[in-house]
Amino acid sequence: MRIPTRLNAGRTLLSFPHILSFLCFLHFPFSANAATPTDAPPIILIQNATILTVSHGTIEHGSILIRDGKIAGVGQSIKAPAGVQVIDAAGQFVIPGIIDCHSHIAAESINEGSVSVSSMVTMEEVLDPDDIDIYRDLAGGVTAANILHGSANSIGGQTLVIKLRWGQPASRLPFEGAMPGIKFALGENPKRSNFSIPGQPKRYPATRMGVEETIRGAFSEARDYKKTWDDYKKRVTAGEKNLIPPRRDLRLEPLVEVLEGKRYVHSHCYREDEILMLLRVAKEFGFKVRTFQHILEGYKVADELAAAGVGASTFSDWWAYKVEAYDAIPYNAALMTRRGVVVSINSDDSEEATHLNQEAAKSMKFGGLSHDEALKLVTLNPAIQLGIDKRVGTIDVGKDADLAIYNHDPLSAYAVVQKTLIDGRVYFDRERDIAGRAEIEKEKKALTEKLKAAEKKPEEKKPEEKKPEEKKLPEKKPEDKPKAPTPTPTPTAAQAGAALGGAQ
Amino acid sequence: MHRKQIRGCAFALCLGVLLAWFCAPPALHAQGGEPQYFAIRGAKVVPVSGPPLENATVVISRGVISAVGKDAAVPPEAWVIDGKGLIVYPGLVDAFTDVGIPAAAPPPGEGGARRPQQQAQGPQDRPGSTPWRSGADEVSLSDKRIETWRNGGFTTVICAPKGGFFPGQAAVLDLAGERPGDFVVKSPVGIPLSFQTSGGFGSGFPDSLLGALAYIHQVWLDTDWSIKAQAIYEKNPRGVARPRYDRTEAALAEALEDHALVLVPANNAVQLRRALELVERWQVKGAIYGGQMGYEVAPEIAAKKLTVLVDLKWPEAEKDADPEYKPSLRTLRFRDRAPSSPAALAKAGVKFAFYSGGITAPKDILKAAKKSIDAGLAPEAALRAFTLSPAEIFGVAGRLGSIENGKIANLVVTDGDLFEEKTKIKMVLVDGRKFEVREPEKPKDPPKGDLTGKWKLSYTTPEGAEESTADLTMDKDGTVSGTITGHRGTASVITGYLSADKFSFTINIGLDEGPTNVTFSGTFDGTTLKGSISVLGMSLDFIGVKPGRVSSGMGSLAGAQ
Repeated sequence: MRIPTRLNAGRTLLSFPHILSFLCFLHFPFSANAATPTDAPPIILIQNATILTVSHGTIEHGSILIRDGKIAGVGQSIKAPAGVQVIDAAGQFVIPGIIDCHSHIAAESINEGSVSVSSMVTMEEVLDPDDIDIYRDLAGGVTAANILHGSANSIGGQTLVIKLRWGQPASRLPFEGAMPGIKFALGENPKRSNFSIPGQPKRYPATRMGVEETIRGAFSEARDYKKTWDDYKKRVTAGEKNLIPPRRDLRLEPLVEVLEGKRYVHSHCYREDEILMLLRVAKEFGFKVRTFQHILEGYKVADELAAAGVGASTFSDWWAYKVEAYDAIPYNAALMTRRGVVVSINSDDSEEATHLNQEAAKSMKFGGLSHDEALKLVTLNPAIQLGIDKRVGTIDVGKDADLAIYNHDPLSAYAVVQKTLIDGRVYFDRERDIAGRAEIEKEKKALTEKLKAAEKKPEEKKPEEKKPEEKKLPEKKPEDKPKAPTPTPTPTAAQAGAALGGAQ
Repeated sequence: MHRKQIRGCAFALCLGVLLAWFCAPPALHAQGGEPQYFAIRGAKVVPVSGPPLENATVVISRGVISAVGKDAAVPPEAWVIDGKGLIVYPGLVDAFTDVGIPAAAPPPGEGGARRPQQQAQGPQDRPGSTPWRSGADEVSLSDKRIETWRNGGFTTVICAPKGGFFPGQAAVLDLAGERPGDFVVKSPVGIPLSFQTSGGFGSGFPDSLLGALAYIHQVWLDTDWSIKAQAIYEKNPRGVARPRYDRTEAALAEALEDHALVLVPANNAVQLRRALELVERWQVKGAIYGGQMGYEVAPEIAAKKLTVLVDLKWPEAEKDADPEYKPSLRTLRFRDRAPSSPAALAKAGVKFAFYSGGITAPKDILKAAKKSIDAGLAPEAALRAFTLSPAEIFGVAGRLGSIENGKIANLVVTDGDLFEEKTKIKMVLVDGRKFEVREPEKPKDPPKGDLTGKWKLSYTTPEGAEESTADLTMDKDGTVSGTITGHRGTASVITGYLSADKFSFTINIGLDEGPTNVTFSGTFDGTTLKGSISVLGMSLDFIGVKPGRVSSGMGSLAGAQ
């Protein structure tokens, strides 16, 4: 099990403005490898590969034919059409692209933390296609991700599924036709147990009871809102004139969509009691919870989850980073799977997302899942949870050509992604990446020098013109100082530092 | 008595830019007995609306241009100005600024115990919304920048209040007049928006970009509803619940009715593409301000037929940046290519105008525009972006923006090409009033060292140690510009220089006595500023160091301990 030191940042701080959202603009190594979206995707044949289809077993020395961005053929005897682009994957393994059911990449803003019902905000508006984490996660074989709002609110913002189409504008990221979602959060984050903001009163709710009441209150309002509009429409249809329409309320509209089954609920949670609470509230208001996220105590209520038909998206083995995470066990995914729950392993973290294959593999050791069952945790199962399994999640004819190619069995610790394809286009290519690095450094260096020269130019002219004057005062030369901006600590400060270091 | 004066002085310093009590407006510097008729004869005239005219005459009568041409008749009552060797341009327009609105006074009771602010709980509390404020109502002669801008050739500004998501309404102002009302050319012409939150995580709604966008969506919906509901109610109020009055909705509804442009902030490619979608979603007449990554998105902006106000404060490495910090390639590319955006916009057929952004000296505004000329923009297009284009964008092209018969007599007279660095502005006419441009105090000797960067200024008043921050930029000739920030506000440097090792820079702040100059002067030894602060005939010693760098003086002090 991992020692959860870095998790304090990874888990609890998701309720804070994501530091990455500030940094994403600062780290941008190069523009996309991908072709422009207007090009027709090429016809590609991946051949000689070990194909882990997830849906129908493993095909040795197999080929995958890709046409129009879709899988057009899978098997051992696929004929290469003329003009096809061949990817020779001898000794390599192809799996369906990894789907991360809980991600906070590709967004300029993660949390509207002011109010406990922030359903008026939507992640789609703040998508940041320049976030380097998109590319890094692609390099980990991820092709689609559920971009969630933070967990600072009982009812958080509207969410969406994206494809990691690095290099395309924000409008090209959303997974076409995928059901939109909304983030809920239960427990310590929405009740703000683990932090307070100086000088500000504690926000309601401060207890799990309050979280329940907040959700119930919001859905009561949404129900009334829907009724107000239904009544208005009825009266208009009946021919009434001069009616003042109700005001539109962007906070309640997505909740009405939840009630109407047009929007998935993805709820952050930890403890068994809060899990059962939300199931009761959902039943009361007649909506369904699509997935519970984190759900570290899911193994305790696996039967209830299975009966409710709710998906569980959990961590492989993160635990004890806060009180509500103390009962986590690495057997969670396997135990829930065995009780009939559709389980996925998610990242909730841009770095973790680069090795979800290994996270899935852990459930073979802890809980004894089969190779295929483990692989499903990051492919087919998250696809089912997000309602996109008709399009992705397995290697079958007709599905999107979203694929990851590894040099070893992807559930091995030695596996490294060689290529990642989305819609039949290569968005990550390890060889090309390595080959391109020198070029990037070269351009960086050239630009740095150019910009420096542009800044310095006017100042450098002057001393040249005034050289004779300068020579009169050679001993002074105060203008040398600003040119050497390396701050030199005083000896005292340095000594003090050394003394301190020594004392420790 | 002396002590009291010193206390007064300390008070002045710690107040920073306090402009709580506006004094009587200072007299204007128009010369002579305010003649009403001028003729500039024998000059090169660049009308912008047509080709340049050599050896031509511009006649100005009672505030408007009454004749332009090679052989325009000079009326006998006109004050004739010999234009030989001079070039006459239309007055320049700063297409988006708050020049004209002096820095706000701190709210009364400042200095007492801080009360927790009432936090907005949602859109209904209308956070950061003062759309009823207006540049036309808030323009004040006490803003010293009016003169600075005018001396730099700017006769007109599109002026809007700052702060919040709906800060207020923009107005077209001419930069001269005896009363605030004289300034106003047209109002409102714009509804600027901002997505900037101020409180940080966990403060009132909204505390994120997500929330700011959702808030603005809701306000537009509410405004739309309000217009419709009000109309239905007025037709038939009996038996119907009265729609609630909301000041934000009412002000926005009125401004939209006046065809004010909704100004959407967007600088990089992601923001620009988002802005295109927002304008479409809101179904408003929109324009973009920022636009510095236009080089990536220009054709898309052109396809949506949106206009762009280009921020001339080009991105650059932060002064005093960590030398070990390595910016990303994207950042480097942005810094390199931003000045090429105007050329890209022009090529794509996007109408654009220039605005000063964060630039504090008008000379630097023109210098920044020169960068975009160097990056491929035709000089005529650059001039247009300062004159006729902003006039067209804001619906005042019938009144100003070019040198044409009947237009407002806003003119800049120079001794050379506007964008050449050595060119001097000789005279500016605003609404037909002539302003001679005084040569700013020039440093005599070449500067020894560079004052560019952030400085921590420390001084001791009878009330204890105080600090403020100077953010300075020095030109190669030693001219210093920038801002000084105390804990009550920020003031721009109106004049400053480093001559050999002697420095001096002056800010202007509002005090009981009226707008008051505060001058920092002394000696620069290459690392430390040492000297005195003088205000109202009194002075205080101060020392300035770059934060993070230990000055030799401080170092030896530390050593003694």
